[in-house]
Amino acid sequence: MTTPPTAPSAPDHSLIAGSLPRYATPAILVGSLAVVAAVLALLGAFSIPVWVILGIVLFALANYITSRVVEGGRKATDRFVTTVVYCAFGLALIPLVTVLWTAVANGIERFNPYFLTYTMRGVFGGMDAGGAYHAILGTLMITALATLISVPIGLMTAVYLVEYGKGSLARGITFFVDVMTGIPSIVAGLFAYALFALFFGPGIRMGIIGAVALSVLMIPVVVRSSEEMLKLVPNELREASYALGVPKWLTIVNVVIPTALAGIVTGVTIAIARIIGETAPLLIVCGVVDSLNLNPFDGRMMTLPVYVFRQYSQGLAPNGVVTINYDRAWAAALTLIIIVMLLNLIARLISYFFSPKTGR
Amino acid sequence: MTATTGQQSPKDLAPDPTGKKKVVRIGDRVFSFSATAAGSLILIVLAAVAIFLVQQGWPAMTAPIEELQEVPGFTYSNILAYAGPLAFGTLLAALIALVIATPIAVGIALFISHYAPRRLASGLGYVVDLLAAIPSVVYGLWGGLWLMPQIFPFFEWLAKYFGWIPIFAGPAASPPRTILLAGVVLAVMILPIITAVSREVFLQTPKLHEEAALALGATRWEMIRMAVIPFGRSGVISAAMLGLGRALGETMAVAMVLSPGFLYSFFLLKAGQQQSIAANIALKFPEANALGVAVLIFSGLVLFVITLAVNMLARWIISRRKEFSGAN
Repeated sequence: MTTPPTAPSAPDHSLIAGSLPRYATPAILVGSLAVVAAVLALLGAFSIPVWVILGIVLFALANYITSRVVEGGRKATDRFVTTVVYCAFGLALIPLVTVLWTAVANGIERFNPYFLTYTMRGVFGGMDAGGAYHAILGTLMITALATLISVPIGLMTAVYLVEYGKGSLARGITFFVDVMTGIPSIVAGLFAYALFALFFGPGIRMGIIGAVALSVLMIPVVVRSSEEMLKLVPNELREASYALGVPKWLTIVNVVIPTALAGIVTGVTIAIARIIGETAPLLIVCGVVDSLNLNPFDGRMMTLPVYVFRQYSQGLAPNGVVTINYDRAWAAALTLIIIVMLLNLIARLISYFFSPKTGR
Repeated sequence: MTATTGQQSPKDLAPDPTGKKKVVRIGDRVFSFSATAAGSLILIVLAAVAIFLVQQGWPAMTAPIEELQEVPGFTYSNILAYAGPLAFGTLLAALIALVIATPIAVGIALFISHYAPRRLASGLGYVVDLLAAIPSVVYGLWGGLWLMPQIFPFFEWLAKYFGWIPIFAGPAASPPRTILLAGVVLAVMILPIITAVSREVFLQTPKLHEEAALALGATRWEMIRMAVIPFGRSGVISAAMLGLGRALGETMAVAMVLSPGFLYSFFLLKAGQQQSIAANIALKFPEANALGVAVLIFSGLVLFVITLAVNMLARWIISRRKEFSGAN
């Protein structure tokens, strides 16, 4: 005789048996934060960082224990790790949000047309004057020169790697391009200085040296991104062109590069955004100057990142507007962030609107 | 070749009837030559960096010690004794940054690759990349003016309760212009690169491995531990090394938040103990005399060698990995 089947109670056989409902996690989170807030308020020690940290610790514990009781140890561990992973992401948002927030909050007051159109000529002490005009123009000129040097070299290297490169030379170049991305910016600056000191003697400071230093940092980025884009061009396009009798170099110039152009321009824009904020090499090869210099082949040139550093390192002013140097540093930092973000936005827009639709 | 005259005759375009001589057009020659030259230029630049640094740093290596000691801040018996504490400070700051950044970066990479909702994931990756887009000098400013007062209570707390561990020995410097603060700022700056590389590696985990683990009843964490992490381990190691390479060379953040000292010191909460090579160059270069510049360039050469070694090792690990990952 078989034992008669017992009438099953519905929840036990359900697929979600032995698991917490979906609303459990948010409920525990809100509960933990509320409990910590109440305790801290009672102790009179309420502050937002302490509240958030203790709240999350309590949440992790409560969530783990609840899950362990209801769902068992393995799932409890899973939930605990989930909390940790979410926390890691949240932690990374703290610097991002506070950098952007402090730059805007501290820089907005001085970030005005006056600041953008006047130089530091004749400004001293705590004078409520002075702007970054010379630094903005210097940055734009040096970056433009660096782009002029880097793009032809970088693009041709990418063409070599994709269209011609074979054997050990191509492998070597690929490897050392990657290694070159890791050159410290200050070493690039020292290299450019050493190169020019050889011809012009020690103590030389010129805008063009900064452009050379930045090119050392920019070329590998351009090579990398252009190479990726050239690789994406379908081989059928090249073969069709060869079949029509077009020489290889005209195929590359008229077929391959135009097809990849949107991607290449995007990569170049991102590379510019990356080097436009470089400080260390420019600090040592372009020097510091208070007035406008538009000739990159003669004399010191100011750039925006160096301007930020210069203002910051001057510290509090002895009289007048005491925090003027910090205010100018924040305003210049805000200018720099806006330029970098604009460049990144332009890159995204180019790749969004102009890249060929593959349909795959 | 006949076609190198520049004028293309119809004969050049038609296949050679003898079938022996291959037509080479002048444009092709010029173009392939310039492409090869551009590629080789990269290798030349890299070699030139080393050569010029040696050439300009040479006076510092050969100058008599009496002359060297006239350089401000130089109180050592030889040039290596000068570079030693700087190299130590560089490595210490970078290691602190690495210890802080790696676990967080791996967590973020896992979050983006396996936890975040699919639709959000690429946007979140972009958010982390934004951290890399912000110029280093802005981080220096942020670290010096915003983070310093915010983090001071935490440093005090560390010194109070963990002061018995020698590295945290107090009293905590106020303002905390210490190597630990520099390490925290560096950690923020290297987070994006470690995250980006780890994320790529985690996303490459064979789907079948993950699904097999889940089908056996593994929870998400068990799946990650059994399938994703073993697969991505070497990638994460090389990502961390790339981050290390970047932290070693970061200049402005250290120059702007650290109060320099030239000791072999492990005290993380005291000011005026360590200094990094890059920050030292940036701070002293503008005012250095000829021999002082040579001394700084020599220290730059040391930094170049260290970062080159770290980066080559990292790239070698990555490239070795690429070869077998295709088989999976």
